[in-house]
Amino acid sequence: MLEKFTVIRGRAVPLRGEDIDTDRIIPARFMKALTFEGLGQYLFYDERFDEKGNPKPHPLNDPRYRGATILLVESGFGSGSSREHAPQAIKRAGFKAIIGESFAEIFFGNATAIGLPCVSLAPEDLAVLFRAVEENPELEVEIDLVQKEVRFGDRVAPLFLREEAREALVEGLWDPIGELLEAGELLDAFDQKLPYPRRAE
Amino acid sequence: MGRERMGKTLYEKVWEAHEVRKLRNGQSQLFIDLHLLHEVTSPQAFGMLRDLGLRVRYPHRTFATVDHIVPTHDRTEPFQDPLAQSMLEALRQNTREHGITFFDLGSGNQGIVHVIGPQLGLTQPGMTIACGDSHTSTHGAFGAVAFGIGTSQVRDVLATQTLAAQKLKVRRINVEGRLAPGVYAKDVILHIIRHLGVKGGLGYAYEYGGSAVEAMDMESRMTLCNMSIEGGARIGYVNPDETTFQYLEGRPYAPKGPEWEEAKRRWLALRSDPDAPYDDVVTFRAEEIAPTVTWGITPGQAIPIDGRIPFLEELPEEERPVAEEALAYMGFRPGQPIKGVPVQVAFIGSCTNARLSDLREVARHLKGHKVKKGVRAWWCRARSGWRGRPRRRASPRSSARRGLNGGCRAAPCAWP
Repeated sequence: MLEKFTVIRGRAVPLRGEDIDTDRIIPARFMKALTFEGLGQYLFYDERFDEKGNPKPHPLNDPRYRGATILLVESGFGSGSSREHAPQAIKRAGFKAIIGESFAEIFFGNATAIGLPCVSLAPEDLAVLFRAVEENPELEVEIDLVQKEVRFGDRVAPLFLREEAREALVEGLWDPIGELLEAGELLDAFDQKLPYPRRAE
Repeated sequence: MGRERMGKTLYEKVWEAHEVRKLRNGQSQLFIDLHLLHEVTSPQAFGMLRDLGLRVRYPHRTFATVDHIVPTHDRTEPFQDPLAQSMLEALRQNTREHGITFFDLGSGNQGIVHVIGPQLGLTQPGMTIACGDSHTSTHGAFGAVAFGIGTSQVRDVLATQTLAAQKLKVRRINVEGRLAPGVYAKDVILHIIRHLGVKGGLGYAYEYGGSAVEAMDMESRMTLCNMSIEGGARIGYVNPDETTFQYLEGRPYAPKGPEWEEAKRRWLALRSDPDAPYDDVVTFRAEEIAPTVTWGITPGQAIPIDGRIPFLEELPEEERPVAEEALAYMGFRPGQPIKGVPVQVAFIGSCTNARLSDLREVARHLKGHKVKKGVRAWWCRARSGWRGRPRRRASPRSSARRGLNGGCRAAPCAWP
């Protein structure tokens, strides 16, 4: 049974920047691997560490945000490549959800399919949340996928999430494999009907 | 009654033919005709398959090659990088175990995954094509509905030949008129992205058309569709026509004989109907497109060759922080003309521009010239099977004499 995401609670780490692409999230050289295990340690590696591996100033290195489980981003997050390594690295670094203004299409799909909700807030609400978290790193943030709102301090902000993705997360259907397999023999009919490339003799 | 008679776009026709059923969350289960694999995004997917005790359902619909980790300088195995070698071994093992055709090194057909699809005739109009690589949109040049997927979805396609997918809106992008000399498909797509924005395509499939697109050869159309994703659109396509058929005819995996004639009839019927409704229509004049240069860090930061770097105040407010970052990174001043900026590195290749026709064009310009001292110039081909074919015009040896370095040290392609 897959996890049903209803309310996600935790502290947030604010990561500013527009159009942060997947190569910044997980640099390509860390993709030379046969599994996703251990990817979390390389999250934002080139922005967090210098060439000698010494930590640079970065929200993810900031002790005030240690243990945060919600990643706060701006707009166009996850653009660039299709690598699932990006949401995998975020999830494996201990994050349970991402709040931002908007997400790149493939990134959003990949994240949803591994149970990492990506919710959007209106720009005004997001700006308030950024400031609140920057002023008080201990602030508890609540993402309520049932009520469709994000709560923090005394503020309640409506969240935006494509209905089919929201339902999939709430119902525990975010990994579609089980339902896809149910199609069974129906698939054989499509395989027989639709052409596929064949090498001529 | 009027509703039923309304025309349909190619995207809609293909979608309808491949929609297996509706899923409980409102998404559709979409059948994938052709699945392409490479070594970077597939090993984890085979691992997931094993964990679930599943097999590849229709191995005849999956083809694999190795591209990203192939070293350019020395391909003797084992590679210098043991991790790269293990990724190649994993793909060999996985494709053997599941009966999948693998275009291995030395097969003569190995190359960048979205270049070999068309060159081998695997890519055909009306197909749904998926691959763990965002530039899968390239296949749309043939009137295929093609898009990049993540590794969990690679698993889904291997196990069921289907994906959970959401139908996109369709934006028709017309480019009318004739392109000026020296203006190529890449200028066209950068021009489009500059106007529609790097996020402009979110939620859309882009259908490219108009007289300038119809006049393009297949390789130009591939460049156009390839970069749809840089404009935020997961899918880009061009309706199939005589140019498409001429390219495909006789390719190893293209239909032959009577099947070919039948296929052409089927493909023509897939073209968007003249009265098809679009969610949005945008028209550009070909004459207004200049050779385009990107000056910053996103494909949207593009200007015509006779343009200048923008002042921050000229940009919409939300673009200013990224522009500021780009100015600092590139060391440019706002308002500075791009003409006259010295070229330090010339890279000819990548999955957008590494086709034989691109290299020929470069060779034509290079003829009788040498690369200037102090300029680093690289070229890399997209597919190893060309070995010998472009030799007369741009062989590695003659290129070396001109100061061009063949191949690239890192990866021959943008990483997925």
